Amino acid sequence: MLVIKDLHAKINDKEILKGINLEVKAGEVHAIMGPNGSGKSTLASVLTGRELVEVTHGQVEFNGKNLLEMSPEIRSREGIFLSFQYPVEIPGVSMVNFMKAAVNEHRKYKGLGPLSASDFLKLLRERKELVEIDSALTNRSVNEGFSGGEKKKNEIFQMAMLEPKLAILDETDSGLDIDALRIVANGVNKLKRPDNAVVVITHYQRLLDYIVPDFVHILYNGRIVKSAGKELALELEKKGYDWIKNGEDL
Amino acid sequence: MTDEQDKILDEVTNSEYKYGFVTDVETEMIPKGLNEDVIRMISKKKEEPDWMLEFRLNAFRHWQKMEMPTWAHLTIPEINYQDIIYYAAPKRKAAPGSLDEIDPELKATFDKLGIPLEEQKMLTGVAVDAVMDSTSVKTTFRETLAEQGIIFCSMTEAIKEHPDLVRKYLASVVPPTDNFFAALNSAVFSDGSFCYIPKGVRCPMELSTYFRINAANTGQFERTLIVADDDSYVSYLEGCTAPMRDENQLHAAIVEIIAMENAEVKYSTVQNWYPGDKNGKGGIYNFVTKRGMCRGKNSKISWTQVETGSAITWKYPSCILLGDNSYSEFYSVAVTNNYQQADTGTKMIHIGKNTRSRIVSKGISAGFSNNSYRGLVKVLKGAENARNFSQCDSLLLGDKCGAHTFPYLEVENPSSIVEHEATTSKIGEDQIFYCNQRGLSTEDAVGLIINGYAKEVLNKLPMEFAVEAQKLLQISLEGSVG
Repeated sequence: MLVIKDLHAKINDKEILKGINLEVKAGEVHAIMGPNGSGKSTLASVLTGRELVEVTHGQVEFNGKNLLEMSPEIRSREGIFLSFQYPVEIPGVSMVNFMKAAVNEHRKYKGLGPLSASDFLKLLRERKELVEIDSALTNRSVNEGFSGGEKKKNEIFQMAMLEPKLAILDETDSGLDIDALRIVANGVNKLKRPDNAVVVITHYQRLLDYIVPDFVHILYNGRIVKSAGKELALELEKKGYDWIKNGEDL
Repeated sequence: MTDEQDKILDEVTNSEYKYGFVTDVETEMIPKGLNEDVIRMISKKKEEPDWMLEFRLNAFRHWQKMEMPTWAHLTIPEINYQDIIYYAAPKRKAAPGSLDEIDPELKATFDKLGIPLEEQKMLTGVAVDAVMDSTSVKTTFRETLAEQGIIFCSMTEAIKEHPDLVRKYLASVVPPTDNFFAALNSAVFSDGSFCYIPKGVRCPMELSTYFRINAANTGQFERTLIVADDDSYVSYLEGCTAPMRDENQLHAAIVEIIAMENAEVKYSTVQNWYPGDKNGKGGIYNFVTKRGMCRGKNSKISWTQVETGSAITWKYPSCILLGDNSYSEFYSVAVTNNYQQADTGTKMIHIGKNTRSRIVSKGISAGFSNNSYRGLVKVLKGAENARNFSQCDSLLLGDKCGAHTFPYLEVENPSSIVEHEATTSKIGEDQIFYCNQRGLSTEDAVGLIINGYAKEVLNKLPMEFAVEAQKLLQISLEGSVG
C-alpha cells in the first residue's frame, strides 16, 4: 500500500529525514517510535503533504501512485488520514458541516453524488456510536473549547467518517487519561479491516497495549535504525532510548 | 509557499466580478456638472412640488459651504463634482404601470441579477423596488401590500402621492446639514424607496430595494425612507451591484428609518458594488449615511450588513435611541481585498431610559486592503441604565493588509454599562492544512473558515440572503490565502 524509498526531507534547510525506507501493506499495523526530534512528526508531514517540509530525495508510492506529486487534499481523498497531534480549532464551523463537506468531497472524488441529509445524519450517528464520542460534540464548532481528550476522540471520529485506507496517528496518546486512551484505541481497532492499514507514531509503549502493532520501527536521527515485531516496543519501554542513541546492539 | 500564494492570488484576481456587465438601454441624461440649474432640472423632471425644490436648493447652498470629511482612515482621490452626471434614467417607452411597459433589456438585466420583476416568478415572499441609475424601474407587489395599508413605492411617487407623510418624516433623522455627503444627496437625490407600515401591521413579506448603477460617468444618489408606525414590523433588504469600469463612480445615499412605539425594523444590506480591479483601478465610492431613530418606547431597529464591494466604503449605520426601553443592534461583516478601503462602523446614541444597544463587527482584510471599524457609543445624561455591548473582531489574510479599530465612548450617565471587546487574528495555515487533510481544497477551506468567523452576523440575515452572502464572502476572498 505505502512504499517509502530512501526519503530525505528538510525543514528550513535543516535535513530532518535522512533516508527512510518503509513498506506498509494492507491489513498491517506499524508503530514508529523514537525520541523527541528524531523526525517522527516530520514523516507524518511529508506523507500528508504539509508545505513546510521539503522533500529533497526519494520516492513515496501510495497504492502504486506517486504520493509526493499530490496536493494534501488529493492525498486525503486517496485515503490518507492524519490524526493530528494538536488538532486546531475552527470557530463557527460546526462539526456536522465540516464533516459533511469532507465526506462529500471524498465521494465526489470517487464519482459519487453527495449524501442526502438523512443518509448523512444516519452515517454520523452510526460512527459516533462506533467511536463512543459524546453526541453533543458534533453540534459544536470544530474542536472549539474541546478538552485534550475530546480533541483526540474527535480525530478518531473523523477517521471513522472518512474510512481511510491508511491512517497515521501522530501521538494520539499524548494528553489522554487511561479511559480516553482505551476509547480512542477501541475506535481504531474497530475500524481495522484487512484492506486498510495504520501507522502509529508514539513515544510510549502504553498505546501499543491497546493497538497491537505487527511491526515496530525505531526512528532516530532521521533514519529507521531498527525494525522488529511488537516485542521491540516492550524492550524500548524497559531500556529507554539511550541504547539506541549510543548505537549499541543495532 | 509564496509561489503557491501568488498562484492562488492570481486565480482570485482573475475570478470575475459576476455583475460587471453593462445593459444597452437608451438612457436619458442631463449634462455633467452641478449648480442650481441642474437641481431645478432634476426637480422638474420629477415633477416635484415647490417645497421639495426648496429643500434641495437649501441643501445645495449648505453643501457649497462644506468640505469633504477627512477624518476617516481612507485615502480618497480628489473628486471633481463638476465632472459627474447627476441624473441618468433609462428611457420609458410609455407611462409606468404594467410590466409590459418596461424595456425588455431592463427586465433581462434584473433577471440576470437574480431579481425577476414579474411577481408570479418570484418564489419567495419578497417585494422589490428595482432602481436603475437615477430612477425606480418597477416596484412589485404594491397592490398586495396596499390591501393592508402598507405603502411601498419609489420616492418620486411618494413625494407626489403621499406628500404629507414624506414632508413629516423626510430628513427628520438625517438633516441635510448632517454631513457633506448627506447635504449632497439632499440636493440631488433622484429616487429611492419609500415605505410606510401602518399601526399594528406586521408586513407579510420582506421588502427590498435593489440598486443598480448602469450608465457611465454618473453618480447614484438615492434616498430610502422607512417609517414603522406603532406596533408594526417590517424586514427590509437592500442589494447593490454595478458594471466594471475603469472610472470610479460615486454612490452617496441616505437611508432613514423611524420606529414608533413597539415597532420593529430590521434592515439588511448585502453591498456588492464593483470593487475595482486587482490593481485598484475603478470601483464605486460608497459614501452613505444610514441612520435610524427609535422614536417610540420599546421600539427596535437592527442593522445587518455584509459589505464586500466598493473601492472605498464610508458608512456608519447608526441609531438614535430616543424612546425609553428601545433597542438597537448593528451586525456587520466587512470584507476588503486587493486595494479596497473600508471605514465602517456605527453610532449608538442613547437618550431614553433603559435603552440598549449591541454592536458586533467582523472585519476581514486581504490583499493590500485597509479595513477600519469606527464606532461611537454615546450615553446622554438622561439615559438611565443604558447598556451597550460592542465586539469588534478583525481577521487578516496575508501580511500586506491592514485592520484598524477606532472605538469612541462618551458616557455622561453613571448608571450605564458600556462594554467593549476587540480581537485581531490571522487566518492560520494550520487551520487550512487541517481542512486540506480532510479532503477540502484551500479555496473551500478559506470559505469555510471565513463563514465560521462571520457566522454570528450571517445568522442575522434573512434565509435567502444568508445563502447569497455566504457565497459572496467566499468569492470575494477566493484564494487570498495560500
